[in-house]
Amino acid sequence: MPMAAEDIVALIKQGIPDAEVDIQDLAGDGDHYAATVVSPAFAGKSKIQQHQMVYGALGGRMGGVLHALKLTTMAQKP
Amino acid sequence: MSEVFDRIRDEIAKNDVLLFMKGTPVFPQCGFSAAVIDVLSQLGVKFHSVNILVDPDLRQGIKEFSQWPTIPQLYVKGEFVGGCDIIREMFETGELGQLMKEKGVTLATAA
Repeated sequence: MPMAAEDIVALIKQGIPDAEVDIQDLAGDGDHYAATVVSPAFAGKSKIQQHQMVYGALGGRMGGVLHALKLTTMAQKP
Repeated sequence: MSEVFDRIRDEIAKNDVLLFMKGTPVFPQCGFSAAVIDVLSQLGVKFHSVNILVDPDLRQGIKEFSQWPTIPQLYVKGEFVGGCDIIREMFETGELGQLMKEKGVTLATAA
């Protein structure tokens, strides 16, 4: 059950309003993505907490309809 | 679900380095699990693994226990360290080896 890249970006931005999201469809099958999420909301949070915020924004789809999303999170661009 | 949580707590308490994964270290059944095995092997860490594919209760239970939606999941000395992306990132920056040392986990890596 694939998911469109723009839907993933929209959900993340809805959950984390100031987030900048860069997404890549790794396999071209709409099922394996890599996303980089940059948001000041991540500041002072652990990696686990940062990823949990993104998973929270995806509202339970991660691990379900969304099989593979390689996540990189950071509070600001390097 | 509390019974599953008890089993998870028990496994975590018994094993200093514990990986919940899909398949086994010799025969991982998911690329993300395989990637974490690769990192742990490179670090030379002795670990115990649990194959969640053979246990549907555990497969669902571990996600709720860790509040983490995906497998693999790595625990070190009772603490949830992360899934594949975090483990790989921490390995590349040297943080993972550092964490293992801080937690008193023996690394068998050749210099």
